[in-house]
Order: sequence, then C-alpha cells, then structure tokens
Amino acid sequence: MRVTMTVNGETMTADNVWEGESLLFVLRERLALPGSKNACEQGECGSCTVLLDDVPVCACLVAAGQAAGRQVLTVEGLRALAGQEQLHPVQQAFIDAGAVQCGFCTPGLIVQAYHLLRHSRGVPADPDIREALAGNLCRCTGYEKILDAVRLAAGRPGDAV
Amino acid sequence: MTATEQHGAPAAFGPMRRKEDARFVRGRGSYVDDIVLPGMLHGAVLRSPHAHARITSIDTAAAEAHPKVKAVITGQTLAGLNLAWMPTLSNDTQAVLATDKVRFQGQEVAFVVAEDRYSARDALELIEVDYEALPAVVDARRALDADAPVIRDDVDGRTDNHIFDWETGAAARTEEVFRDAEVTVAEDILYPRVHPAPLETCGAVADFDKVTGKLTVWETTQAPHAHRTLYAIVAGLPEHKIRVISPDIGGGFGGKVGIYPGYVCAVVGSIVTGKPVKWVEDRSENLMSTAFARDFHMRGEVAASRDGRIRAVRVSVLADHGAFNGTAQPTKYPAGFFGVFTGSYDLEAADCKVTGVYTNKAPGGVAYACSFRITEAVYLVERMVDVLAYRLGMDPAELRMRNLLRPDQFPYSSQTGWVYDSGDYQRQLALAMELAGYQELRAEQRERRERGELMGIGVSFFTEAVGAGPRKHMDILGLGMADGADLQMHPTGKAVLRISVQTQGQGHETTFAQIVANELGIPADDVEVVHGDTDSTPFGLGTYGSRSTPVSGAATAVVARKVRERARIVASAMLEVSPDDLEWDGARWFVRGDPDQGKTIPEIAFAAHSSLELPDGVEGHLDAQTVYNPPSLTYPSGAYICVVEVDPGTGGVKLRRLVAVDDCGVRINPMIVEGQVHGGLADGVGMALMQVIAFDSDGNCLGGSFMDYLLPTAMECPSWELGETVTPSPHHPIGAKGVGESATVGSPPAVVNAVIDALRPYGVRHADMPLTPAQIWRTIQGRPFRTDLAIT
Ligand code: FES
Ligand code: FES
Repeated sequence: MRVTMTVNGETMTADNVWEGESLLFVLRERLALPGSKNACEQGECGSCTVLLDDVPVCACLVAAGQAAGRQVLTVEGLRALAGQEQLHPVQQAFIDAGAVQCGFCTPGLIVQAYHLLRHSRGVPADPDIREALAGNLCRCTGYEKILDAVRLAAGRPGDAV
Repeated sequence: MTATEQHGAPAAFGPMRRKEDARFVRGRGSYVDDIVLPGMLHGAVLRSPHAHARITSIDTAAAEAHPKVKAVITGQTLAGLNLAWMPTLSNDTQAVLATDKVRFQGQEVAFVVAEDRYSARDALELIEVDYEALPAVVDARRALDADAPVIRDDVDGRTDNHIFDWETGAAARTEEVFRDAEVTVAEDILYPRVHPAPLETCGAVADFDKVTGKLTVWETTQAPHAHRTLYAIVAGLPEHKIRVISPDIGGGFGGKVGIYPGYVCAVVGSIVTGKPVKWVEDRSENLMSTAFARDFHMRGEVAASRDGRIRAVRVSVLADHGAFNGTAQPTKYPAGFFGVFTGSYDLEAADCKVTGVYTNKAPGGVAYACSFRITEAVYLVERMVDVLAYRLGMDPAELRMRNLLRPDQFPYSSQTGWVYDSGDYQRQLALAMELAGYQELRAEQRERRERGELMGIGVSFFTEAVGAGPRKHMDILGLGMADGADLQMHPTGKAVLRISVQTQGQGHETTFAQIVANELGIPADDVEVVHGDTDSTPFGLGTYGSRSTPVSGAATAVVARKVRERARIVASAMLEVSPDDLEWDGARWFVRGDPDQGKTIPEIAFAAHSSLELPDGVEGHLDAQTVYNPPSLTYPSGAYICVVEVDPGTGGVKLRRLVAVDDCGVRINPMIVEGQVHGGLADGVGMALMQVIAFDSDGNCLGGSFMDYLLPTAMECPSWELGETVTPSPHHPIGAKGVGESATVGSPPAVVNAVIDALRPYGVRHADMPLTPAQIWRTIQGRPFRTDLAIT
C-alpha cells in the first residue's frame, strides 16, 4: 500500500508498504529518518518515541497505515522547529546537562521531554517529570542528568518550546 | 548534589560538554542498525525452543523456496567451511549454528538471508527442525550430580559438566585463623544471573568484496581489534583484509565484548550471497542468548574477634557458566578478579575456591560493568560484613571503619596477592556518613521502628581493581592486554588522536581530547579523537573492565608527552638554544630565564613542516606513537549509603536515598564521571531489586523481554547524592583510575544491606537478590526463595 503522512512538517510518501509494517520501520527504512531507535519493538523502552498528532507514541507499536494522513514529529524534526541548523532548547539542554551517554535512548527522550514541556507551565515538579519519562528506559545515565536537562530547558528564558 | 574537594586539577580537565552529543541530540548518531549499503540483504536467526535437545533433522527446502530468500545457512553449511564452532573468550568452543544438539533455549540453529527483515523472519517459520528433547541441567547445584546429563558431549572424553577448579589464598592458614577465632559467621549468598541489556541490541553488517577479497564488518563491539584478530584466526581470512568498524554503540556494559554467532553468520551470509548482509537481533534474542553476567552461588565465612576485628574470609563458589564457557576475563583468571573478595580490609588470612560448571543456559559470564567478577566479590564481602555486624550487634558503619585499610598501609598487598595502589578509606567513609547524616538516620530509624515502620540503612565499601593488564600477566586468547595510541599533529597545531578503545557512551571523544589538550596546552576542541575502526586506529584490546582511562588514557598522556618532547627539539632550533635550556609552562616551551622567548605547540608544529633546518631526532613532523602496557591495575574505591523504606503489607521497597562517595583518582571530566556513577547506581538498584534471568525446570528462560526482565526507570531511581575524594593512582601518568563500573559494583550491597536492615525486626539476616515484593514478603514469612529458579 501507499502511505502518505506529514513528517516533521513535510509531506512524505512511502510506497509498497506491507500492512504489518510499523511506523518505526517506515520512518527508519523507507523515509530515511533513522533518528528514532528500535530497542525492543515491544513498546517497553520508549526509544522509538515520536509524536503522532502531538501525542507521544511508541512508533514500534503503531502500524504505518495508522499514521496515514496524520502529523508525525521525530527527533529530526525538532531542529527545524527551532530554525535551520539551530538546536531546539531541549536538545541544547541535553548537551549542557550532560544527559547523553551512548545516545541510544536520547531521541525518544528528547521527543518525550519536548512534549512534556510543551504541555507544562514553568518547570514541572519532579514527580511529574519522572512520570512523563517513566516509559523511556535509559541504561547509561541513571536518569538524573536527563531530569536536569528537562528542568534546564524548562527554566531557560526565551524558551522556544 | 555533589560534594567535591579541591585537588588542583589541570586547566584542560573539567566538566567540558561532550563533543559527541551534537550528533546524538539530533538523532544523527550512526549505530550498526543505521548502516545502509547498496543491495544490502537482511539476516535472521532461527533459535532453539528447547534448553537441551538432539537435532534429528533440519529441512530448509520451504524456506529456500520463499521468493525473497537468498540463502539459508545451517550448521551443516558451516561445518563444510569449518566454521560450525568458534572459540570463546575463555578458550572453550561454542557452536555458531548447532549441528548435533542444542544446549540452551535460544541457541542459534539456522540463518536466513532475505531481501528484507520481515521476509527473513517469515522464512524462519518455514524451516522444519526435528528435536529429540533431552533432560536439561537447570540448577547449577545439580550440575555435578552423578546422574546429570552431560551437556558438552561434543568434547571427546567428557563425562561430566565440570569446567574448572580455581583456588586463591591460603587454605591451611585460613583454617587456623577460623579455628582460633572468637566468632565465625557463614551465609549462602547468590548473585543471580542478570543480563546487561544495553539499550541497543547486538548486530552486524558484513560486506565481503569478492574482487579485493576484503571483508568489512560493522559490529556492535567493545573490542574491534580483538575481533579482527579472532576473525582472522577462526575463518582463516588474512588479517590485513579484514576491517572491523565499531560505529556508535548504544551501550555495552560488557555484553558486546565477545563474538556472537550472528556476527559470524552475517559474514558467511555476505560471502555466500556476494551482497552486504545486516543482522540485528531483537530484544528477546538479546536477553535470551547473548552474554549473561554473574550467576555465582557463593558461601561466605568470616572469622572475627568479639570486638569486631575481621580476621579472615573464606569463600567457596559454584559458578554457572551456561552451555559454553564464554566468560570474558584474562586467561590466567578463570574467576576473573574475584580474588579481591578480601575487600577493603586488612585480614590475617583468606581463602577461596571456585568451581565452574556447565548448565543448559545461555553462555557468557561477561563483565556487565563488573570489572571481571569484582561485583560478585564485593557483594559477597560487603554482605558478609553485615552478617557479622548482625551477629555482633554492632553498627555496620562502625564495624567497617574499624577494619578498613589505613592510608599508611598503601601500597597494600592483600592476602590474595593484589597490590592496592592508593586510597584514603576512613576519610571516604566518614564523608559518606556525613553527607548521609548517618547518626540522624539511625535516630530516625529507632523512632520509626518503635512505630512499627520498616526503615533500613545500608552501607557498603568497595575497592575495585581495574585497568588490565599488565600484559605479562593478563591476556585474552593470547592477546596481551595493552593499548596503543597515535597522535598526529597537523601543521596548524590541530591534532588527531587515534586510540584502540571503543566508547559505548563513556565519552572518549571528549575525555581523551582533554588529556591531549592538557599535555600540549591546546584547546580540547582542536583534538579529534578517532576510534572504533581497525583500519585507522592502532591495535589494542578495547573497552571493558573500566580499562579505557587506566590503559588507553595513559597511552594518550604518554603519546602526547612524546609529541611535546619532539616539539622541544624543534623549538630549540626555532629559538636557537639547546633543548636543555627550554622549560614547559603548560602551553609553551620557553627559554629558561627569558620567558618572553617561547613557542606554542601550534607554532612549533608549523615550523616542523616548514623550511626550518630540523635538528637530529626530528624527521619533519611532531607525530608520535605508543603502546601502553600498564605496570599494574588501578584501585578505585567507594563508600555508599542507602536508605530504604519497606512496606510490610506488600513487601514493596521505596528507595529513599543513595549516597555515593567515589574515589577514582584524578577526574578528567567530572561531568562524565558523575554520569558514569549515576548510571551504575541505577544499575545496582535494578540488580538489587528487580533484575534477574531465572529459568523454569525445563530450562525455559523467564526473563526474555522487558516485560519480564525489569529495568529501573526514572520512577524507581531517587535523586543520587554524590561525593568524592581524590587519591591519585601513583603509577598512572595522570593519576586517574577507572570509574565506569564502580557504582555497579558498590550499589547492590548498599541497597540489599539497607533492605535487610529494614527487615531486622523480623530477625532477617539475609535474602537473595532481587529483593522483589514477592521475595521480601516471603522473607518476612521466613521462607525466602531461590531467585534463580521459577518461584515455587
Ligand atoms: S522500540 Fe518501541 S518501545 Fe522499544
Ligand atoms: S544514554 Fe545510553 S541508554 Fe540512555
């Protein structure tokens, strides 16, 4: 089948998509957007988190066909939001806080954190940040600096979130 | 929160932002699964559903007839190429694809190469394998029974499941101390099987070029050079025609040290089809078939005086190595560095016996951030110290304080022959107690106990031994444990450092640039770090066992100093003085007594490439090479304090606080060090409370997905509280010690000791990890269960 969707603000079409293919597969293998990661394909790790019509989903559990005609935002799209070649404040905060180690969880966490901050006012409370990120596993950082990054991004003046 | 102390760190050292993050935050990291080559095919592995079974037939006809399948490879195919078996890291053999029997659930049986990943997976279902099920050896404690089925009957003359016996210390002397001791305690302690579960699973892309005969393999490997040499030896391919590339790696934790059958299958698939072949395992395959860690069944005994002087420790261990002995450790150390089980204490005697056995479980026995079994050793001794404290009715922190090595005892030779380089243990523990508010916590605990609430405080103190070699004593499959570094200086003073170790998230591109920057007085941004590609880096054994900074970091400092010395010679020609008249001020060679006359490294680098008449000893550039063979290990240490609350109604644990005071010598990038410690703390919490790979009586793996193998999330982790002391390693060029695994080593005993302390009102002295609600509930009832088997 043919699947057309808006990814990171651009209309994209994938042809010859088999009905069983996941959104993650189509993004990575057909639309040349490998930023979202596959770490379990069981909806248990959040590495594949993208926004589907502004709702965070595990792209590995969404059939590509379900995304047809809808808006998808991946980690690759955040930069564009902030203007070409610039980093989005959430991305910059991950660098500044030292929230990245191996980087495999990072794309999913950045999308998740972006969504949290878009829907919060000011700096979210600690339990709210933890709850929002609870579906994203990170094996390297022990989460502390990721939480720091979220707080940093939320607290920055002129925040473009 | 971090409590730090002044230690005069050099200017280039500090919390520099990581160079690698610019690509990661954009989703532009390049991991193995992101590699796409023209015409690339996809492989999938058929795995055994049985833990132990004879293969009576394999029929691949239907799979081969699948329109998108390009090749089906079985053990038979591989046997024809002499590749059905491969050596493991412990000089055992492991089946690449099973020919005679399957020996664990999830073992590799066949490999399909197809046009896409979904078709390869579909075709697996078309392969017919007939199995004749055999009784499985699941309980390691029964592996040596006379009637236990023999797992490794592929080995001529093998009639049992025994792998090795290993002993260290002095049995007779230890027995003497025990005989005459006022107090002795003993406990059976299990460090159950766990899996490192890096977020990225294992995979490879193999590309064999028939015209040039060159094989290029992108792999999830922590040790690209060792892999290349092994491929050359195993497959008989010429080593200079093999290029192993380890691109960005999504976490390793020891799980990506060895060679897995899937890598070999991808290589064979590419040779057979003439196309590049990608193989990436899924999460269940990762958890069920790649290297596990721990699985040590230990009995610990301590002899002490009534006033709390620890005199001797004796340990016997039954080590479950799974179906093939694939443990990663230096050859002479079949139980890794378990010999440091004497801990951080000054003992009169110590003795340890380890027996390794085969079982019908996945092979491995790798690091998992354990510094070669130091995790097990530290857990054993730190649990035993608490058992002793319980028996003596003493405060566990006070008991440790009384027995810790004193600063004047370093370098300290342990009863098992390990030479601890440096430390200031009492100060470290005192700092942890101060940060935790230890006395106030005990007061709070007393009050709460009176109210019937379960609050626990756990202490652990550890010493690690990291940074293997020296090569004289330490090798893996005959390859001495040393690492190379090449430093190239461009004419404009920019540098390229090539190293043999491979980051899996540790930030080498940043830290190693800082080391060069510090030695040469140039900005770290002017140093590019190249790693992970055997065609463009010097030989070395790779990153695991916290060895990158101790070994490769030392190599980097040494090679930069070589460049600096060459620069001195060139500077002497530039300034028309003798090299002996020059002094280094951290950024320039200047003329002694005339500091205005000096040259920076960039100025000197340009001159080295210019028309300047170069003196003897410099051929025309400043570049240098070195291989660092460490004189000894480095010994980082830590004092950890954990506070928990236990719900007596549900057995649930709430982790309130975890205070960690680490001493890893000089810190190059404190931000990265903190991140390493944080990650290890979370890992330790996972092992203490959640993570376990258990098996049912048929050998079915009960931890084959993230729904069954529970990992800590942001919900289970408290806000970590860190502190530090700094005792530089006296033999490391910049005084650094490894830190990558410290917290994984130190936190499990702190957490477990805290939970057991909380259960004290029930008279509990020990229960095995993971301390799940079920285990705690049963422990409160006086019936703790064996966590390595299905709950009964
Ligand atoms: S890959 Fe989608 S949740 Fe893990
Ligand atoms: S940084 Fe490695 S998994 Fe999060």
